[in-house]
Amino acid sequence: MIPFLRKRILSSAVPLVCVVLGVFFLARMTGNPVDLYLPLSATSEQRAEFSAAQGFDLSIPAQLWNYLADAVQFDFGTSLRTGQSAASMAIEAFPVTLQLAGVTMLLAITGALVVGSLAAYRPNSLIDRIASLLSMTAASIPDFWFAIMGVLVFGVSLGLLPTSGTIGGPEIWILPIATLLIRPFGVLVQVVRGSMVTALSAPYVKVARSKGATPRRVIFGHALRNAVTPVLTVAGDLAVGLVNGAVIVETIFGWPGIGKLMIDSILQRDFAVLQAAVLLTAVTIFALNILVDVCHALTDPRVRQAVPA
Amino acid sequence: MTTTSPSAPGTDTPALAVEGLCVDLTTPSGTVRAVDGVSFSVRRGRTLALLGESGCGKSMTALSVVGLLDPAASVTGGAVRVRGDDTLRMSPAQRRKLAGPVLSIVFQDALTALNPVQPVGRQIGEPFRIHRGLSRRQALEEAIELMTRVGIPEPRQRARSYPHQFSGGMRQRLLIAMAVALAPDVLIADEPTTALDVTVQAQIMRLLRDLQDERDMAVVLITHDLAVVAQRADDVVVMYAGTVVENGPVHDVFDAPRHPYTRGLLDSVPEDSVRGRPLPAVPGSPPELSAVPSGCVFQARCPMVRERCVQERPSLRTTGDGRTAACHFSEELARV
Amino acid sequence: MTREKASTGDTAVPARTARPSWWRMLARDRAAAVGAVVLTVVALVALFGRLFIGDRAQRQDLAASLRPPSLGDGVYGLLGTDVLGRSMVARLIEASATTLSVAVPAVLSSLVIGSALGLWAGYHRGRRESVTLRIADVILSFPSLLIAVVVLYVFSPSALNLVLILAVTRIPVYLRTARAEAAELRSRLFVDAARTFGTAGRMIIYRHILPIALPTLLTVATLDFCFVMLTESSLSFLGIGIQPPDVSWGLMVAQGRQYLQTAWWITVLPGLAIVLTTVSATVLAAWARLATDPAQRWRLTLPKKRRTASAPVPPEMIP
Repeated sequence: MIPFLRKRILSSAVPLVCVVLGVFFLARMTGNPVDLYLPLSATSEQRAEFSAAQGFDLSIPAQLWNYLADAVQFDFGTSLRTGQSAASMAIEAFPVTLQLAGVTMLLAITGALVVGSLAAYRPNSLIDRIASLLSMTAASIPDFWFAIMGVLVFGVSLGLLPTSGTIGGPEIWILPIATLLIRPFGVLVQVVRGSMVTALSAPYVKVARSKGATPRRVIFGHALRNAVTPVLTVAGDLAVGLVNGAVIVETIFGWPGIGKLMIDSILQRDFAVLQAAVLLTAVTIFALNILVDVCHALTDPRVRQAVPA
Repeated sequence: MTTTSPSAPGTDTPALAVEGLCVDLTTPSGTVRAVDGVSFSVRRGRTLALLGESGCGKSMTALSVVGLLDPAASVTGGAVRVRGDDTLRMSPAQRRKLAGPVLSIVFQDALTALNPVQPVGRQIGEPFRIHRGLSRRQALEEAIELMTRVGIPEPRQRARSYPHQFSGGMRQRLLIAMAVALAPDVLIADEPTTALDVTVQAQIMRLLRDLQDERDMAVVLITHDLAVVAQRADDVVVMYAGTVVENGPVHDVFDAPRHPYTRGLLDSVPEDSVRGRPLPAVPGSPPELSAVPSGCVFQARCPMVRERCVQERPSLRTTGDGRTAACHFSEELARV
Repeated sequence: MTREKASTGDTAVPARTARPSWWRMLARDRAAAVGAVVLTVVALVALFGRLFIGDRAQRQDLAASLRPPSLGDGVYGLLGTDVLGRSMVARLIEASATTLSVAVPAVLSSLVIGSALGLWAGYHRGRRESVTLRIADVILSFPSLLIAVVVLYVFSPSALNLVLILAVTRIPVYLRTARAEAAELRSRLFVDAARTFGTAGRMIIYRHILPIALPTLLTVATLDFCFVMLTESSLSFLGIGIQPPDVSWGLMVAQGRQYLQTAWWITVLPGLAIVLTTVSATVLAAWARLATDPAQRWRLTLPKKRRTASAPVPPEMIP
């Protein structure tokens, strides 16, 4: 278990390092990184002053060293907009996104396990068809449009739900969560269905039935745990993909999360904050990948032993 | 269970009797009959071999007996009597009561037949939990005892291991341990040694025989291996294209086959043939199930086919003491 | 399992199950046929629409601001006008051209580059394979929007940059698929035979492996077309994709948002255009996945009713 995890942590760290370096070199590739930080109206004295203060006049290796040292301490300078520390702005926005993503994944996984298992148990039944229709929609509907349609129907026309904002009771969660939910739920239902069909037709399920096991024992005692491995992998990927949805949802509904922070800092050219937000997201994704690996190892004894290449 | 059954299974009642079993298979090109009127019976302590090429319906017969057919296949006729009661007329709950304590099956591929994410001890103990309501700990003790019996070294430690940590032969032993856990009346072994090395095959067959003697089980051995049948079985049922073509005591059938197909199979065994001559084989291949001829099923490959074989399907007729064969010209074969 | 089947199919289809014609199979599946028609219409409109609309997509007419869809205002008033009085019909047509001019080149270039790299890596195995795969993993392990956001910040958002980013983030998808196909096929007998004759690796890939892997790759591309289109729309919606005065469907949705209460059609219609196109591509991809898989293809030759009623037993499973 321990060697397995060590190996997985190392290989998950590669993308993280790539992002950290990627942000650095991208910023330098434009010629003058000062342009990224300062508004277009800045005078040349301001630029020179800023450049010296940030060490942009040093050699590239020296800049890289400084950058890495700062990145390790999670220090990305201050926001030009608010004067606050960029890192603290990112960290403040973080819980909002985490809550949205957490609730969404929880609902998506439980919902998909129930609906997907039922669809697998009765192929071609009504629930199976609804599930595949749902998945097809999930792959085709632009989430921003889905959200706006929700606002149009339930907010503007029916007046049932608030059109945006984070103040209010549980009803403020409905539209954002629904928007975030469509994609992971649609995909996961099909994954659960597929792996459940495979598991239910496996010989060990026949053996379990030959021992006189009840359908419930067969599904929950034997099939489900085998079916859950591919579901976990996909759920991890989908959770990473939720960042895409979070950007959209937070922008539309005005939730002060990490996605909105990113978009705002782009539109207002606040590179320090963007950097902090992107790297915090990268670290989260790294942690999430490790979590998925741990879950894998817990559910599948073969993973625990075999150290993947 | 409305049928009146002898309360105590007497010596005359076979442990398992299959009567005129028919199984249909739904395929893209329509429904085909995979098993057509198969009958046989076996008593406790005896071994019956179901012999035939792959695809002849022997595995499907076994699966219908234990009620584990795939959804694409369905039993359309006949009866499967266990201790005199027809299991095909039972509710799923009633059938589950029999599965384990009365009827049990050993599958061919032990790697996929064991659940990869459960420790083997728990899987072997599962029958005790289902049918005897034992606690987890008690079931594990029973499992360890069974593992000792089937020859797993250090069973207490190994009970916590997972299937992928065992060798092929060991996995087959585990599977057998699981099947005999509740000392069933009838044990069906579906090609139990096909996936194994020759030396391991012999060990597994010996283990099966010992367990059979110990627990007085009726064994149905499904195989395409003539040597296994000759060594292990008391009676043999030869199947071809979903039908029974000959059955009877192994010695009699193998000494003097009364069906050209059985004859062909026996002739193709190397030890009986003359050195330097090409090995005789049954020419051709079995018919597609969607295109089984209306006359004798074996006509296309039969060396002695005649007009009558094309027009009329031979029924099983008695050809000797406890023997039947489905050939119009079985007497002729006896004279050769 | 299906992959194995898919790859053997084109080389060894027994005469008995000769492949039914593509058109016939498409015609049998009504949903897929409709999808194909819709995609064709969208493509034609995007290609030639501009010839007819002139500058109507940009021409402002404040007097005609926010007119609802109606039958009385001619073709260009059919779907109403936006806040500047510009014809929605003309703008939708113009936007279709922009949207497709981003999505199609992005899909094609990622398809070509990803497949080439994947086939090469899968055929040669070893270090080339593991390095390529590792790079693909790194790209895939980050949300596409996150990559796009950073790159579009540093370089300015333009159609060309959008195409580049979308292509780069989607290359790994084809790379993985192509690699898996090539790795599986290289061990086949006909590839061995070609190698024995001294055929160069490049030629083996081109002549023997590519034709078999192509149907799968094209199916992936059809599905990926949706993904690319949706990402472009999202970026444009967020204001970091297509920039005004250019117009794309995603941008139109964003522009209509503030008039949601008074003029629903400005947001609803471009969204519908996106959904119509992506749903068509999804349906077509689902059909193509069946049609290119010899183990599944027979389903498409059955009448619709039988297709769902018959038990899911592929022909090779019959004993």
